[in-house]
Amino acid sequence: MAEKDTYLIDGSNRRWFLKQSSALTGLLLAPPLVATSAQSTQRQPTVPPSGKRAITLRINKKTYKIDVEPRETLLDVLRERLDLTGTKKGCDHGQCGACTVHVDGRQSNACLMLAVMHQHQEITTIEGLAPSKSQLHPLQAAFVKHDGYQCGFCTPGQIMSGVAIIRQGHANSPDEIREWMSGNICRCAAYRGIVEAIGSVQKEGKTV
Amino acid sequence: MKSFDYVQASQPADALRLIGAAPSSRFIAGGTNLVDLIKYEVENPGTLVDISQLPLTKIEKTATGIRIGALARNSDVAANKLIASQFPLLSEALLAGASPQLRNMATMGGNLLQRTRCNYFYDPSQPCNKRAPGSGCGAIGGYNRIHAILGASPQCIATNPSDMNVALSALDAVVQISGPNGNRSVPVIDFHRLPGDTPQKDSVLEPDELIVAIDLPTPKNAGKSHYLKVRDRASYAFAIISVAARLAVDGGVIREARLALGGVAHKPWRLVAVENQLIGKPATDATFQAAARQLLAGAQPHEHNAFKIKLAQSAIVRALQTVA
Ligand SMILES: Cc1cc2nc3c(=O)[nH]c(=O)nc-3n(C[C@H](O)[C@H](O)[C@H](O)COP(=O)(O)OP(=O)(O)OC[C@H]3O[C@@H](n4cnc5c(N)ncnc54)[C@H](O)[C@@H]3O)c2cc1C
Ligand code: SF4
Ligand code: FES
Ligand code: FES
Repeated sequence: MAEKDTYLIDGSNRRWFLKQSSALTGLLLAPPLVATSAQSTQRQPTVPPSGKRAITLRINKKTYKIDVEPRETLLDVLRERLDLTGTKKGCDHGQCGACTVHVDGRQSNACLMLAVMHQHQEITTIEGLAPSKSQLHPLQAAFVKHDGYQCGFCTPGQIMSGVAIIRQGHANSPDEIREWMSGNICRCAAYRGIVEAIGSVQKEGKTV
Repeated sequence: MKSFDYVQASQPADALRLIGAAPSSRFIAGGTNLVDLIKYEVENPGTLVDISQLPLTKIEKTATGIRIGALARNSDVAANKLIASQFPLLSEALLAGASPQLRNMATMGGNLLQRTRCNYFYDPSQPCNKRAPGSGCGAIGGYNRIHAILGASPQCIATNPSDMNVALSALDAVVQISGPNGNRSVPVIDFHRLPGDTPQKDSVLEPDELIVAIDLPTPKNAGKSHYLKVRDRASYAFAIISVAARLAVDGGVIREARLALGGVAHKPWRLVAVENQLIGKPATDATFQAAARQLLAGAQPHEHNAFKIKLAQSAIVRALQTVA
């Protein structure tokens, strides 16, 4: 999809796709026409209920316009409102790394981030990593090859951290990988495969 | 999580105006401690004043050393060339803390003010004088393995959990503060407090004051430094004991010494008298053992943490041997 793709998320979490062009920008401010259809009695008013904020998030090179409460974490917005459920909720307290995403290229814990605080930053989730729908990212492929998981629950977070530490130059030895991956816990203890997968991509010098 | 209001400040002056404007307002920077505490309903702010966009992220040379903006990220400070070359103790302590993700989010001001990890403080169903003054202390007579052995009071035996603060203490860092009545500077050694009768106050900062920067003065004798962190697993765990040591040795004789302990008290534990006594002494194990004994004099263990006294003694000696 084009980089300019914009989604409006309405009060019932329906997603309205808008291909943004200069001719259509005016529409962004208008409520979707369908909102006046027969089921509208069930819907929340188009004016945000008090306390909600209209925010714009940049996620995986797409723009999302959504009303959120200040207390909504980025993790909950991704999973519950935007249907981006690849990012996992493990502990919800910054202790496990299952929720790791990139914010302006830095690995971060989405469970401790308030969505309102992260407008206009470039957020990348596991869904935004692969070059296309039919091709895996090199580190995703390496996790498959090296058995970098068992149940797979921690895997999206492991891969987001792994990509970040390779890019940052912190994956030069198994010990260095272990230290810089310490923010990602794996209950299945697939650590050996995880360290091997990251080490193999780093050694092959692939662009990640 | 209870709901709260939210405003964003773009300049320090806005931040000060906004924090005074609504009752029970709190600053939020990286959010790694505050969001966690709000989820547990330990902190219940009415309004969050977002200071994450303030232009206070620079790390720059000054006439007397280096100034670090309060909103600089822990990861950026640790990797900064000026810091890594002139104040490696700070880089070492920052990198020993939390995880890469958390260090990317955490700020210098937020780290200074991170709250204790006492389990009873975190659990609103338990008594805790720090969270609910007058309710009692769950840790005294409870499970107190991670608690203080020095400087505690009958009201609270919590420790300051920060690695960075221990290093800043040994580096004679100074906190720069802006408030409604102007600016003031407080040395880190006086910034955090002992619990006494008011354990709800971790530091001397007033709720309407903003930390704007941390200054690191260039030491007279650079010497060598080391941050030694002892913890329950090799990484991503809070310190059980930590030591920030700085020593300038010339011809086997100690010229300058700084020694701060983490994991033992409500603030980084530093005794200037012990450091002064080291000056002119030979840099030997006997000297180090004596210094460790003096620094730990009067230590009072609780039911589950007596092991900390011996551990701290050994850690101090090991850290000093490393920099001798
Ligand atoms: C799982 C986990 C493990 C951790 N492990 C470690 C560890 O091993 N070692 C360690 O040292 N730390 C550790 N931490 C703590 C971490 O370092 C702190 O949470 C972090 O430094 C806080 O910074 P912040 O910017 O996110 O603060 P915030 O959460 O934004 O704020 C913390 C407090 O500081 C106040 N505040 C922030 N900035 C200012 C300012 N400029 N002026 C006035 N008030 C301000 C806020 O109002 C709030 O009360 C860990 C945290 C987690 C969640
Ligand atoms: S030690 Fe301090 S923080 Fe912990 S329960 Fe007692 S009063 Fe609360
Ligand atoms: S869910 Fe965020 S760190 Fe565990
Ligand atoms: S693969 Fe199961 S938690 Fe890591």
